Amino acid sequence: MATVIEAHGLRKAYGTTVAVDGIDLRVDEGRILGLIGPNGAGKTTALNAILGLTPHHGELRVLGRDPWKERDQLMRDVCFVADVAVLPRWMRVSQVLDFVRGVHPRFDRAKAESFLAKTAIKRASRVRELSKGMVMQLHLALLMAIDARLLVLDEPTLGLDILYRKQFYDSLLNDYFDRSRTIVVTTHLVEEVQHVLTDLMFINHGRVVLNCTMEEFESRYSEVTVNPDQLAAARLLKPIHERQVFGRSNLLFDGVDRGKLSALGEVRTPSIADLFVAVMGDEKPETAQGAVR
Amino acid sequence: MNTQTNVVQESALESQPVAPAVMSATRPFFWSVRRELWENRSIYVAPTVVAGVILLGYLIALIHVPRHILEMAAHHKDMPHLTFQDPYNIASGFIMGTALIVAVFYCLDALYGERRDRSILFWKSLPVSDLTAVLSKACIPLLVLPLVTMAITVATHWFMFLLNSAALIARGQSVAALWSRLPLFQMDLQLLYHLFTMHVLWWAPIYAWLLLVSAWARRATFLWAFVPPLAISILEKIVFGTSQFSSLLNYRFSGDAAVNSATAGEFPFDPNMTHLTPGKFLSIPGLWVGLLVAAAFLAATVQLRRYRDPM
Repeated sequence: MATVIEAHGLRKAYGTTVAVDGIDLRVDEGRILGLIGPNGAGKTTALNAILGLTPHHGELRVLGRDPWKERDQLMRDVCFVADVAVLPRWMRVSQVLDFVRGVHPRFDRAKAESFLAKTAIKRASRVRELSKGMVMQLHLALLMAIDARLLVLDEPTLGLDILYRKQFYDSLLNDYFDRSRTIVVTTHLVEEVQHVLTDLMFINHGRVVLNCTMEEFESRYSEVTVNPDQLAAARLLKPIHERQVFGRSNLLFDGVDRGKLSALGEVRTPSIADLFVAVMGDEKPETAQGAVR
Repeated sequence: MNTQTNVVQESALESQPVAPAVMSATRPFFWSVRRELWENRSIYVAPTVVAGVILLGYLIALIHVPRHILEMAAHHKDMPHLTFQDPYNIASGFIMGTALIVAVFYCLDALYGERRDRSILFWKSLPVSDLTAVLSKACIPLLVLPLVTMAITVATHWFMFLLNSAALIARGQSVAALWSRLPLFQMDLQLLYHLFTMHVLWWAPIYAWLLLVSAWARRATFLWAFVPPLAISILEKIVFGTSQFSSLLNYRFSGDAAVNSATAGEFPFDPNMTHLTPGKFLSIPGLWVGLLVAAAFLAATVQLRRYRDPM
């Protein structure tokens, strides 16, 4: 299977602030990777390096190219949505379509038009006249119509209401994604991507804290609602996180056999959000250590 | 829809082998220039509006001008060209001045605005190189605006000529003097020469500097463009008591004195155009130095567009 992104020791500093501190990354074709991390963790900087928007240290190949040196070539095969705010506000919808068609060899205008036909967007409207949700739909129409190999989404649903967010991911999965495409997405809204991702990566302070496939995630982590009388026994199995919900204790375990855990209470796969809180929330070194591969 | 898609793909496949290299090189450039015109309609709207105001003013003047002045203009032997030409030169001067103002403000915003509203992230997500983007922007003051100025001025001159003739006929006077003595064609040829020697070649480093500032500054592009040259001039005057830098700037703004007679609206006007000396103009070292500086500024602008983050 072809490797789409390969990075070794990716590093980027702004002055004395290190934004990305030696990230190793490998994304194969057909994967959907979620880059999850708190604000300022280095997600956007890493994406900017992948997109050739910022110079970097370390080895980085995207679709076999050096993004910083060959951005314009790379962008024929890469589609990128930063957030809904970047479409030029003065532009008319028809001009956006004309321009992208003019400069992009892999843009299929008919596809974009048929997607837009399902929305209330008028061709003569300017981007500034559209609602945030409509701008997202316009962006979505563009990326649906571009036959890209890699799609990079940086907080694509920021500021959208829940209907638009759902539509965004539904369209992405049903109409766009196939096994020959690859998606890298960063988001704070981890709940809504949990069932979309095939791979998961946590980043904090510019470093990779967790990197696994979703299958590994599901087999490795378990959350147990422990019966009060067995709390002491459960704690002996070294949970990586403990939280109280309605007076009951939920314990998160890493790599503990599920058969053993089911004796303690109700066992289920944790949400990415719960694991995220466990790994990042309380910055105790030993709990974070527990999650490092 | 499926058939439609297939048709598009097929036609794209068919057209690609014809000229793939040319397509990839010039198409993004062409569309980038078009996009600049979409965004900055003032490039053609402002000179057109000014031309309209001039024509209106000229019409009112023709109606109100006393009969004897028209007669004098038609029969005065001493300064025939001056009298005929004056309004025409004033018109081209105003239109050129408008285009210059538009060019300055366009350049200062060209690479600053896209960083300020973060739309640069959208532009950079498309397969258009920074070189293509910068060249398409430089091409507005260096090619598009001079052509727009030329077209609008020629049209304005012809409208004025028609109005002038109509005014004479309406008063029962002969248009012979006007038609035989107004060197309309030569005037426009001279304007074209002036635009492409002075506005394009001679002032190229000025536009390139403005583009450089707009790619570099985080705010107040206008101040960054004009205050540092002024500050250097003042410092030089205070510290060394000389004014080398300011005379260099003055030379750049006003052009080379040896060939300055080629400037539009200069007198005496020679209908045979002997005062246009392209050979002399091309042999000024300052021209070539200026073009080199312009190229260096543009190269720096391309690099800045690569490196600068959106604000």
